[in-house]
Amino acid sequence: MKRILLSLGLIATFLFALACERKGGPGAGGQTGTIVIGYYGDLSGRTSNFGQSTKAGVEMAADEINKAGGIDGRQIQILSEDDEGRPEKAATVVTKLIDQDRVVALLGEVASGNTLAAAPKAQAAKVPMISPSSTNPAVTQVGDYISRVCFIDPFQGAVMAQFAANTLKAKKAAIMLDFNSPYSRGLTEFFEASFKKLGGTIVDKQSYTQGDRDYKGQLTAIRSKNPDVIYVPGYYGEVGVIAKQAKQLDIKAPMLGGDGWDSTQLWDLGGDALNGDFISNHYSVDDPSPAIQKFVADYKARNGNVPDALAALGYDAMKVLADAIKRAGTTEGPKLKDAIAATKGFVGVTGTISLDKDRNAVKPAVVLKLQDKKYIYQETIYPEGMTAPVSAPATTPATSSTSPAAAPASPLTKGDKPAPPAKVASPAAATKKAAATPQ
Amino acid sequence: MDTFVQQLINGLTIGAIYALIALGYTMVYGILRLINFAHGDIYMVGAFVGYFLAFQLGFAVGPSLLGLSVVLIGSMIAAALVGMAIERFAYRPIRKYARMTTLITAIGVSLLIENLFVAKLGAAPRAFPQLLQERSYTLFGNAAISKSQILIFAVSVALMLLLQWVIFKTKVGTAMRAVSFNLNSAKLMGINTDFIISFTFALGSALAAAGGVLTAQYNPQIDPLMGIITGLKAFVAAVLGGIGNIPGAVLGGLLIGIAETFVVGYGQNVGVPTTFRDAVAFAILILVLLFRPTGLLGSTVQEKV
Repeated sequence: MKRILLSLGLIATFLFALACERKGGPGAGGQTGTIVIGYYGDLSGRTSNFGQSTKAGVEMAADEINKAGGIDGRQIQILSEDDEGRPEKAATVVTKLIDQDRVVALLGEVASGNTLAAAPKAQAAKVPMISPSSTNPAVTQVGDYISRVCFIDPFQGAVMAQFAANTLKAKKAAIMLDFNSPYSRGLTEFFEASFKKLGGTIVDKQSYTQGDRDYKGQLTAIRSKNPDVIYVPGYYGEVGVIAKQAKQLDIKAPMLGGDGWDSTQLWDLGGDALNGDFISNHYSVDDPSPAIQKFVADYKARNGNVPDALAALGYDAMKVLADAIKRAGTTEGPKLKDAIAATKGFVGVTGTISLDKDRNAVKPAVVLKLQDKKYIYQETIYPEGMTAPVSAPATTPATSSTSPAAAPASPLTKGDKPAPPAKVASPAAATKKAAATPQ
Repeated sequence: MDTFVQQLINGLTIGAIYALIALGYTMVYGILRLINFAHGDIYMVGAFVGYFLAFQLGFAVGPSLLGLSVVLIGSMIAAALVGMAIERFAYRPIRKYARMTTLITAIGVSLLIENLFVAKLGAAPRAFPQLLQERSYTLFGNAAISKSQILIFAVSVALMLLLQWVIFKTKVGTAMRAVSFNLNSAKLMGINTDFIISFTFALGSALAAAGGVLTAQYNPQIDPLMGIITGLKAFVAAVLGGIGNIPGAVLGGLLIGIAETFVVGYGQNVGVPTTFRDAVAFAILILVLLFRPTGLLGSTVQEKV
């Protein structure tokens, strides 16, 4: 008797839960009322600076849209989930956002490995997903519901190879990569190919894994090969420590990196050991264009710190999505994904965003120099077939001129820059920290 | 040649940290025949106490020798108290039961500490403030030694000598040795064994905390799970040297550190990827257990029935 009662009770509970489920979340695929958008990112794990910045950018954009009356009168609501920076968790929270919260679209992740884990879920459920800043090419190859508002690694890797070979006049490069990260492996591959094409040689390639605590073994091996530059396409948590330990080993070759370095915590870890290093990134806060300066000022007023590139991309991703919803006139997945893919010439903070046939944004990259907790603008490098718009950071005081000139042998068109800014003086030697030798 | 010397210095630096932690494993094992799996987490607790001390006492603003000493000693004292508390509340009540019970409790305590820290502080790594003005000295050619490496060597050698003195020259050390021979006989001789066990935990935990603060000067990234792999490797080091044997723990620590660095530095030349560094420590453990179960310096004592 007791058992029957218990089973009945269980069945009743189950049915009740099902009934609740049926009603659906606030989004529920309706064409009126609040538009519910899911955001997922690393809010507490090893790359939490990434997730927090992106979230702040997304929320700021959503608030601006809501204050201006929403999209055709409908307000936006952002539901955030923490994936702790783990791919398996990313897949879980995205499933939750889709099945339980019934979001109409997804924004996230930063780390390509996490986006790659979550993207198949969105694709299968026909929920459009825009990644603000995952640069690995494989991300949008998951399917036609996945797109992004940033450039991809073949371009980013080539940008740094160009900068190393042409501006720094480096001949020998060593690479230190994060073995388990698709982002790092992708950048390594493309940097290597471009650098070799430009006449350079890769003298050493060492690897580490996220969470390693000691990098001196690899760095000592690299030092013995005497490279002009060291390419470290990793994330800030490891890179800061690598820079510090490289300084302890008295390595003077500058380190080059990608957008994975961009985080305030980088400076806490690496300190002045980072001075003289260079990264490729999506935008520069020093860019004098009014749109960027307004964004920087608004973000500062809202969050109290300077927005990094991830915040800017989060902001742009939300704005691109809102624009697509407006154009589609609906939040139905199939129509919305077509509207996102049709994005052309959208003027964002991180440049003019046009999606190509693979739903990747075609945008220029900037090269920044790290100096005393600041990212100093060096130059802008444009993808093939793209010219500098008038509002591009061509007028930044730090640089001399950046008028685009086609370089036929290369997949890129680099801003023509005869005299590098004073900060990169003596590029031939490509040494940094000359004054940092034992005092 | 200078690359080889450099790799040796690098290996000895992390080896010295492993040795400091391995000492705690080996002392507790020597006295209680217990593998205290929470010991790696004490190392993490030490680093975090140092982190908060540095910020609370205002030493985080810049490098200072005073700040470094206060943070180092403060975190050693705090970790010693944590170690004693763990022993008092987790291990003492179940000491009379089978050894497996204590072992499983130790794993439980380890998970408890880790997850408590994750819950309270988050899993994101934090940057430990720089308390030592970093600078590197060229030895010859390209071989250089940094101030933080010198600090690690100096402090760990000083602490090991101090430990040696405590164990062999003081009354409490004599009592510790007596307890390690036979707990019950020691009790019959009038030794307060509870106090001695508590003292051993305090000593081991203080050494692990010193390891935590020293590593944080070398590698400023600390997180609540930093003790897992480092603790396991220190445990391997203790087994390699012969668990229960104090010079063995130091030797084992240094060997593991050097082996690991050489895998990273030279492994690629012989087809071993650098990512195998952690696998090597455990491969060594398996080999030692196969061919010399008592470790390099461990003695073969026949157990009497």
